[in-house]
Amino acid sequence: MKRLAVMLALLGCGAAQAAEVQVAVAANFTAPMQKIAAEFNKDTGHKAVLAFGATGKFYAQIVNGAPFELLLAADDETPARLEREGRTVPGSRFTYATGKLALWSARPGYVDAGGKVLASGSYAHLAIANPKTAPYGLAATETLEKLGLSAGVQGKLVQGENIAQAHQFVSTGNAELGFVALSQVWKDGKFSAGSGWIVPASLHAPIRQDAVVLAKGAGNEAARALAGYLKSDKARDIIRSFGYEL
Amino acid sequence: MIDSADVAAVWLTLKLASLVTVLLLAIGTPVAWWLAHTRSRLRPVVGAVVALPLVLPPTVIGFYLLLALGPNGAVGQLTQALGIGLLPFTFGGLVIASVLYSMPFVVQPLQNAFEAIGSRPLEVAATLRASPWDSFWTVAVPLARPGFFTAAVLGFAHTVGEFGVVLMIGGNIPEKTRVVSVQIYDHVEALEYAQAHWLAGGMLVFSFVVLLALYTLNPGAMKGRR
Repeated sequence: MKRLAVMLALLGCGAAQAAEVQVAVAANFTAPMQKIAAEFNKDTGHKAVLAFGATGKFYAQIVNGAPFELLLAADDETPARLEREGRTVPGSRFTYATGKLALWSARPGYVDAGGKVLASGSYAHLAIANPKTAPYGLAATETLEKLGLSAGVQGKLVQGENIAQAHQFVSTGNAELGFVALSQVWKDGKFSAGSGWIVPASLHAPIRQDAVVLAKGAGNEAARALAGYLKSDKARDIIRSFGYEL
Repeated sequence: MIDSADVAAVWLTLKLASLVTVLLLAIGTPVAWWLAHTRSRLRPVVGAVVALPLVLPPTVIGFYLLLALGPNGAVGQLTQALGIGLLPFTFGGLVIASVLYSMPFVVQPLQNAFEAIGSRPLEVAATLRASPWDSFWTVAVPLARPGFFTAAVLGFAHTVGEFGVVLMIGGNIPEKTRVVSVQIYDHVEALEYAQAHWLAGGMLVFSFVVLLALYTLNPGAMKGRR
């Protein structure tokens, strides 16, 4: 009875302090973030309201007054830029995940373990994310360059506006293969469908994904709490299970 | 400020819009004529299908086109069997998508124009022994000229302004599927606001001038478009 009273008191106290945090999340981090937000809500009572999209678009929206309090970017450049411009809580920037790139096809057995299919030229379309705007697209072009295949695939490249669209082109079969975020096609330690090759990290610059508390979130306890939660073992396990490095 | 990629995108957009306008007038005219004169029970059905792009978000059209034209879709299997290959990521694919997407903007003004003429002038022509084909070209078309003008301008302008469908089936390939609206989106995403302004401002001026010309030369267009 006494224990129940204590629990009720704790719950009541949690509810009284529970707050909401508006989070802008990079498209490639959609699935892990949904899981983390659910756990965060269970553990702290705070609620994370998530918006998913392209990091460049979030930048433009934040600069123009969007109500986001925490940004989980697809790169490390955008958070650094926002910090330089004084739009963040100083010292709140950190790397929450390092992305892995995968060459993937919806067809089982099409992509070999060494990614040699790339050089075979047996495909009509190779999908990548726009290298100008998406870090995974940039990593893909760096990989092609390192492999000496840039010129060879020139007429076959199709670009998605972000990594989600590159994945869509491949999953619908319109492109036979494409460079996607491993997190999109990875589950429980293996490719969830089709066939793929995890691109060695030596073939491209690291895809460091940084998070930062934005100026709008300075007074919000839930924003700080979620930033801290992302560094917890529980969150890191979830992040790793989706094929990210830490 | 404008680089060669921007120029290529503008050129591609004009090429796409011109070709689509010609095709739309060729396909839209018989459809509009049929809609204006038929007593078939299918009339509301066909009218609704033609008007769908007015209310559907481009993402829906783009998504279904991507599936239908893809290797597992009905149209995709047909085009592969015919040896044309797959249409997504090609200029031809964009042309087909744009024709579907801009169809109501051409059919509806034409249909309104044909309905406004009514059957009387054609009956008179028939009593003068004009064949239906003859009276269509010598009576209906000249009388419906403002409708053709409105249809062509709106079809062209709407194709220039297309974005969502192109984004979903285009693949952003320079000189094949990277049109102005996509190029602007890329500039904004890449924080190249100066270049984005050149193209976006250009589009704004272009669209305004086109509509101004339309409403000045053809005041009926405003009423015709309900």
